[in-house]
Amino acid sequence: MNRRAQAIVMALLGGAILKACLTDVYLRYVKEGLQPFLLGAGTLLLVAATMTLYYDLRAGDEGHGHDHHESRAGWLLILPALAVLLIAPPALGSYAAGQAGSALASAQVESEFSPLPPGDPVPLSLMDYGTRAIFDEGRSLAGRRLRLIGFISTGPDGRPMLTRMTMACCAADGRPIKVGLAGGVTVEAPVDTWVQVVGVWSSRVEKDPVNQAHVPYLEVTDWQQTTAPRRPYE
Amino acid sequence: MENALSNSTIDVAATTRPWRPGAVEGLAILLLLLVALRNPLATLVSGPGLQTWTTVFVSVMVQAMPFLVFGVVLSAVIAVFVPRSFWARALPRHPVAAVPVAGLAGVVLPGCECGSVPIAGSLIRRGVTPAAALAFLLAAPAINPIVLTATAVAFPGDPEMVAARAAASLIVAVAMGWLWLRLGRTEWIRLPRRSDLDDTSQARAFWAACRHDVMHAGGFLVIGAAAAATINVAVPESWLQTLAADPLLSVLALAVLAVLLSICSEADAFVAASLSQFSLTSRLVFLVVGPMVDLKLIAMQTGVFGRRFAARFAPATFVAAVLVGAGIGTVVW
Repeated sequence: MNRRAQAIVMALLGGAILKACLTDVYLRYVKEGLQPFLLGAGTLLLVAATMTLYYDLRAGDEGHGHDHHESRAGWLLILPALAVLLIAPPALGSYAAGQAGSALASAQVESEFSPLPPGDPVPLSLMDYGTRAIFDEGRSLAGRRLRLIGFISTGPDGRPMLTRMTMACCAADGRPIKVGLAGGVTVEAPVDTWVQVVGVWSSRVEKDPVNQAHVPYLEVTDWQQTTAPRRPYE
Repeated sequence: MENALSNSTIDVAATTRPWRPGAVEGLAILLLLLVALRNPLATLVSGPGLQTWTTVFVSVMVQAMPFLVFGVVLSAVIAVFVPRSFWARALPRHPVAAVPVAGLAGVVLPGCECGSVPIAGSLIRRGVTPAAALAFLLAAPAINPIVLTATAVAFPGDPEMVAARAAASLIVAVAMGWLWLRLGRTEWIRLPRRSDLDDTSQARAFWAACRHDVMHAGGFLVIGAAAAATINVAVPESWLQTLAADPLLSVLALAVLAVLLSICSEADAFVAASLSQFSLTSRLVFLVVGPMVDLKLIAMQTGVFGRRFAARFAPATFVAAVLVGAGIGTVVW
């Protein structure tokens, strides 16, 4: 791999990172807070590519030689660059959610649950609903209409579940939060469809067969299909 | 060194090669093909398993890139601009004393493991004793403030987890440094000869070092990310749950899982927190092993230090991390 080829690969990689972080595509893979660092990294890669080309062209044939132990492993960097530029894989969905246990296993107990914000229905994250439903036993939820947004995945009983992925750092540590859908209104949408569900708290709690975590339920009164949120992860 | 450098320059200059399709042309053809075949390619990876694999693979790479790039820049600064004499003054003269100092120095570098591999390579190149550089390599990703804060957030009910993690990681890092002083052989570390670092122009040497490290460590990072994505998709979590009941088996299972998953050290605490059926001791082992030995680190260490080094260092670190982690866990809980 000569230096010019290395420069091109670095430029591709830097370009791919910049494209991803300027178009919200990066939110499918990492947290929003990483954006400035991605901008910096992408820019540095482009500068490094430019400087490599500059020195190589100035050196002429002398610098055009192959560096033999300069690894062929570098070629592999084309793979992530092209995966971002050409495919831009979607955020984790129902397949990943089905394989992993719900994240509500860990009792991240707040000592006191603040009352719900005003609004009817109240928009809530699945994590917020889940922790209030399980660890506050629904006290702060009772009597309010709630609105949750997530995608559809298939529960262990074959019925649709409302699901959202959470992540701490990147999608490799992504974990689902699953909320069962109870009540008279059945949500009929194919898996991975984003839906907005309005309902009230249900006292029903099941166990996720994957890791025995709690799966709270929501009594659905109304639902509709919606577009994927800008930030697919909670 | 000087002599070899000038010889090779003459060799290259003397051979005037006729034009033949080289790397750049091959790359251009490959790119054209891929862009033309973009749609069939996208259909190919639309199966849910393969799609999840691609997502995880890209995520690991995107997450690691800033840390890799900044680590590489810092290591290029060390390699080119920081004079050798600085390290002689900054670190205790005696290697036995230099090891813990280097380990503690890891506290000030907020970064994940991808960045610390090229930095450690640079330190060795600049004359820092390998034992101290290796202690830094192991300690930096495990005990920096970001990682410890993340651990505290992930384990709100068990504040002793933070102290246990910091203590166990520091002990392993220092112990491995001292072990290297006793048993390590310099010839196991094969840092490739880098004539470009002796360039008369510091700017040219700096960019050459950046280019080399990004391509080299980055290439091995790709291998590690691909392996981690494969494990992530291929091993369903339910398999693990059957192992959680046995105290010994659970420690080993999470230690192996930490190696296979290759999660960034800033995120692994949250994953550990969610593995709630496992004992706190086994989860501590997960947190101690992960930043020190995992697939992407093994791949990168192989790339930067050579195969002979990685084949000895990674298993030894694994054993040390499991023993110390389990020991401290047993004392605390």
